[in-house]
Amino acid sequence: MGDERHLRSVILKRKVINVVMLTLSTLTAMYGLVWLFWILGDVLLNGFRFISLQLFLNDPTPPGIEGGGLRHAFVGHFIITSLAALIGVPIGIGTGIFFAEYGRHSKLIKTFRNITDVLVSFPSIVIGTFVYALMVKPLGHFSAVSGSVSLALLMIPVIAITTDEILKLVPNSLREAGYALGAHRWQVIKDISISAAKRGILTGVILGIARISGETAPLLFTSFNNNFFSLDITKPMASLTVTIFQYAMGPYEEWHRQAWAASLVLTFGTLLFFITAKAVVHGMRRSA
Amino acid sequence: MKRREELIEALTGSTLGLFALGVGFLFPISTLFVLVYESLPAIRKFGLIDFITGTTWDPVAEVFGALPALFGTLLVTFIASAIALPVSIGIAMFISELSPKKLKPVFSTAVELLGAIPSIIYGMWGLFVIAPLMADYVEPFLQETLGRVPLLGRLFEGAPTGVDALTASFVLSVMIIPFMSAIVKDAFEMTPELLKEAGYGLGATKWEVVKNVVIPYTLPGIVGGMVLSVGRALGETMAVAFLTGNVHQIPKSLLEPLTTITVAIANEFTEADSDVYLASLYYLALILFVLSFGLLMLAKFYLLERLGKRWGTKGI
Repeated sequence: MGDERHLRSVILKRKVINVVMLTLSTLTAMYGLVWLFWILGDVLLNGFRFISLQLFLNDPTPPGIEGGGLRHAFVGHFIITSLAALIGVPIGIGTGIFFAEYGRHSKLIKTFRNITDVLVSFPSIVIGTFVYALMVKPLGHFSAVSGSVSLALLMIPVIAITTDEILKLVPNSLREAGYALGAHRWQVIKDISISAAKRGILTGVILGIARISGETAPLLFTSFNNNFFSLDITKPMASLTVTIFQYAMGPYEEWHRQAWAASLVLTFGTLLFFITAKAVVHGMRRSA
Repeated sequence: MKRREELIEALTGSTLGLFALGVGFLFPISTLFVLVYESLPAIRKFGLIDFITGTTWDPVAEVFGALPALFGTLLVTFIASAIALPVSIGIAMFISELSPKKLKPVFSTAVELLGAIPSIIYGMWGLFVIAPLMADYVEPFLQETLGRVPLLGRLFEGAPTGVDALTASFVLSVMIIPFMSAIVKDAFEMTPELLKEAGYGLGATKWEVVKNVVIPYTLPGIVGGMVLSVGRALGETMAVAFLTGNVHQIPKSLLEPLTTITVAIANEFTEADSDVYLASLYYLALILFVLSFGLLMLAKFYLLERLGKRWGTKGI
C-alpha cells in the first residue's frame, strides 16, 4: 500500500509540474502579445489623434507657429528609400542567383554566402559610419544619395539570402531538362530557375524594402536632415525616421504630436510591406 | 547567333560573380579597413588597452576612453537577453506544442509583426510611454521591495527617472523577443515527431517531452539563436537611443543613466569637432564591428552548422 501511495504522489507531482510549466508557457505567449497590442494601440491612438491633412501637405513651420507639416520628410523618405531599392534590388537578386546557381559546389562561394547571411544582422549604424567615410567626408557635405547607398547596403544581404534560399528549392531536374535541350546556363537561369521562383524572389524584395523603410541609424550621418523641402539628391534630405528622432527628442509639444502622427504612417507602412510579403508567400504555397 | 549567346553567358556569369564577391567579401573587408583607417588617430593616441580601459570621455580635453560605452553596451545587452531568453522559449513552446493547430499561424504572425515594427518606434514608445511608467510606478516599487534587500538593493539606488539602464534594457528585451522566439520555434519544430511520440508512449507529460526530448535535441539551435539575438542586440541603436541618457559613466545602479557604443555614435558623430574625437567614435564602431561580427560568425558557423549536420540540412 505504501508503494502505491508513493507512486500516486509521484504522478501527482509530475502532473502538477506539467500544468505549471504549460501555464507559464501560455503566459509568456500572452506577454508577447501584450506588447504587440500595447505598442500598436499607442501608435494608433496617438497617431490618429494628431494626424491631419496638413501633415502631408505643408512643410515645417518654426516652433510655436501653427500649421506646420512634414511634407518634406514624407517626400524625402520616399526618394531615399526608392533610390536605395533601385540600387539594392538588382545587386541583391544577382548575388542570390550567383550563390544558388553557380556556388553550389564551391567552398569559397559558400563561405561568401555565409558571410552575407551574417551581414543580415549586422549593426546598421556601422554601415552609416562606413558610408560617411566613403561618400560624405570626401564630398564635404551630407547627401540623400549617400543615405540611399547605406540603405542599399543594408537590404542587399536580406534580398540575396532569400533569393538564394528560394532558388535552392527549385528542383534540379527542371534545370537538367533545360540543359538537355541545349540551353545555356543564363537561359536556364532566366527561363527556368527565375520563372519558377519569382514569387519567392518578390517576397525577398518586399522584405528587404520593409527592413530599410523603418531604418534610422544609417541615415543619421549620411542623408542627415533638412528642415526644408528638397528634391536634390546631392544635398541633405529629411527622412521620416530621422525627423521622428529629432522631433521626439525635441522640447516642443507640437513636435511630439507630429512625431506620433509620423510614427503611425511609418509603422503601418512597414507592417503593410511585411503583410504583403506574407500574402505573396501564402499565395505561392496555395498555387504550388 | 551562337557567339552572341556565349557572350551573354560569359557576361552574366562574371557580373553575378562580381556582385557576389562584392557583397560576400569586399564589402565586409573594406568596412573593416575603413573603420581601422578612420580610427588611426585615436589608435595612435590611446592604443588598445588604454582606450578599452579608459573611463574618461572628455571632448574638451580630447581624452577618450571606451570603457563606459563598452560596459553600457554589454550591460544592456546582457539584461535584455536574460529577460528575453526564458520568455522566448516559453513562446516557442506555446506556438509549437500547445496552441491549437488553427491558431498557430495567428500566433506566429503576431510575434513576427512585433519583430517588424521599426526600432525607432520602440524607442519613441519607450520614451513617451514606458519611461514615465517606470519612473512613477515600477522603479519606486522596486526600490520599496528589492531595494530593501542588502547587496541586491544597491542595484536600485538613486532617483527613479525612467531614463536609465533598466528601462533601456527592458525595451530592448521586448524588441529581441520576436527574433529569438522565431529561431527557437523553428528549432523546436525540427524535432522529429517520432522522437516526441516515443516520449509520450512512455507516459511522459507534455512538459517532460519538451524538457527531455525537444530541448536536448535542439539545444545547439537554441544556443545559436540566442547568440544570434545577442549579436543583433549589441548593434541596436534606435530602441535604446532615447532611453540611456547618453552619459559616459559606468552606472553604479540600474537606475542611473549610461551610454552604449551605438548611442554614443548616434548622438555625437555629427558633433565631433576634432579629428581625435571623430577617430575615437570610429574606434568605438570598430570595437562594435569586431564584437558583433565575431558573435554572429560564432552563431552561424559553429552552432547552427552543428545543428544543420544533425538535421541533415544546412543552417536555418
